[in-house]
Amino acid sequence: MNAHGTAHKYGDHVDTDVIIPARYLASQDPQELAAHCMEDIDQDFRAKSKPGDIMIAGLNFGCGSSREHAPIAIKAAGVSCVIAKNFARIFYRNAINIGLAILECPAASEGISEGDQVSVDFDSGVITNVTKNETYQAEPFPPFIKDMIAKGGLMASLRAKEAQA
Amino acid sequence: MGMTMTQKILARHAGLDSVRAGQLIQAKLDLVLGNDITTPVAINEFQAAGFDKVFDKSRIALVMDHFAPNKDIKAATQCQQCRAFARKFEIDHYYDVGAMGIEHALLPEQGLVAPGEAVIGADSHTCTYGALGAFSTGVGSTDMGAAMAAGETWFKVPSAIQVYLTGKLRPYVSGKDVILALIGMIGVDGARYQSLEFAGPGVAELSIYDRLTISNMAIEAGGKNGIWPVDDITRAYIKDRVNRPWEAVEADEDAEYERVVEIDLGQVDCTVAWPHLPENAHNARDGQDIAIDQVVIGSCTNGQLADMAAAAEMFKGRHLAPGVRGIIIPATPTVYRECMRLGYTEIFMDAGCVVSTPTCGPCLGGYMGILAEGERCVSTTNRNFVGRMGHVKSEVYLASPAVAAASGVAGHIQHPADLG
Repeated sequence: MNAHGTAHKYGDHVDTDVIIPARYLASQDPQELAAHCMEDIDQDFRAKSKPGDIMIAGLNFGCGSSREHAPIAIKAAGVSCVIAKNFARIFYRNAINIGLAILECPAASEGISEGDQVSVDFDSGVITNVTKNETYQAEPFPPFIKDMIAKGGLMASLRAKEAQA
Repeated sequence: MGMTMTQKILARHAGLDSVRAGQLIQAKLDLVLGNDITTPVAINEFQAAGFDKVFDKSRIALVMDHFAPNKDIKAATQCQQCRAFARKFEIDHYYDVGAMGIEHALLPEQGLVAPGEAVIGADSHTCTYGALGAFSTGVGSTDMGAAMAAGETWFKVPSAIQVYLTGKLRPYVSGKDVILALIGMIGVDGARYQSLEFAGPGVAELSIYDRLTISNMAIEAGGKNGIWPVDDITRAYIKDRVNRPWEAVEADEDAEYERVVEIDLGQVDCTVAWPHLPENAHNARDGQDIAIDQVVIGSCTNGQLADMAAAAEMFKGRHLAPGVRGIIIPATPTVYRECMRLGYTEIFMDAGCVVSTPTCGPCLGGYMGILAEGERCVSTTNRNFVGRMGHVKSEVYLASPAVAAASGVAGHIQHPADLG
């Protein structure tokens, strides 16, 4: 499993209210949510982002509300991976549960600039900055999360468990 | 090595003698909660996965509070979807308009949470119930959907910060000021992935409503939960509300805490969080020059009767400053009735405020008090992020009910003790 795309860089404490403002939460449609993704801090995000692009952020990405609409909006906007120094815990859970790839890597968060071309190898956790010819090592997912993702997320792994019982 | 209060509750629900920080466990749940924003996504996941039954219809609570009474057709459709699901699976604790209150005020009031229990909710402020000595935390909709089917979920056992309280609160100072001061000290990620465990002689000086407010905002420090020891104040609150067996859990004496934060309650003053993070704590007296357009008093953080009483004390015989709008939202029908019975509603209306049916509306910029460009609001809610209450160039100042009411009267941020 790999990702490759252009980096879009944000700061610390990017909260779920700016990832997808609550005024759009009367919808559950991923494409409709994606249309408004990040608009309160980056009005150009939807116009400039392409499928496969990678989001870079600082500390505590996804803090605030438990709205799963936030990772859904990012994923539906075509983002292939979010790399941050670290994540708020509910966002972390939600991203894994819906199958949005996320990696914690302070070095990549510091080293990658807006517009850099970035590749990610999820098995090894190696992040390559093609533009700057640098690599950064992220912690790969722990085994139980890898297992959950391999089975297709939380719901699918739960069904698999029920089928065994 | 000993366990924290949170770790002990999680161990019991996982059927284990002991757990340690960082361990991944599967734990049984006493209650699974959702609202009209998060439940539809959970229902979709539940159905897509092919589940045809819920684990226990008496252990699921669905509360239509965020965009209800329905703010528009889409909101109405979301409530309709929840209503149909609740009917199909005969969910006992389904709360619709009329019976509905703001979820984190309603569930404790209705006795749906008891000490020692484990609760998840698809709402980040589910951490509120730590005030009752329960483990409770916010999750997303997929977790909620899975838990409605399985009655259990996975957790990473958290480490803890002990918040050691001494002293007693000064006049006009409340639980809201304590939690804003604490977040100001440790930051919005100061307790990321961790428990906040409250302890010390100061615990007995705080009412159950102060504790509910403090636990409610544990998430604003990044916390997984915020939990209090069970004492006479807890027992008095749950008496006549909780009518099932429960067992209080205490932290071990040798429990390990990553750090201890000490707060002398007597040193806490009225505190206001400036935009755009809850950690931007200032003394209310620093806000004299900050003119405001609106005050909102309510929400899952400060919509209880004690909060209404604090606001009524400030508004009694006074009026909102010219040009300031006042929106009061008692959090539950019971609180609403008590406001009428005790004369608070009349005080609020005499002061020029509007008194709304329970809803989360304005707190998250949904409806019932949206801000225009450049407007400022002093709000007893829990988040002051960019665009949280409306326009991206509007500003939210987080404060207690007393500070919000005093500010509404003064027309600028105002320390209640100085209100003439």
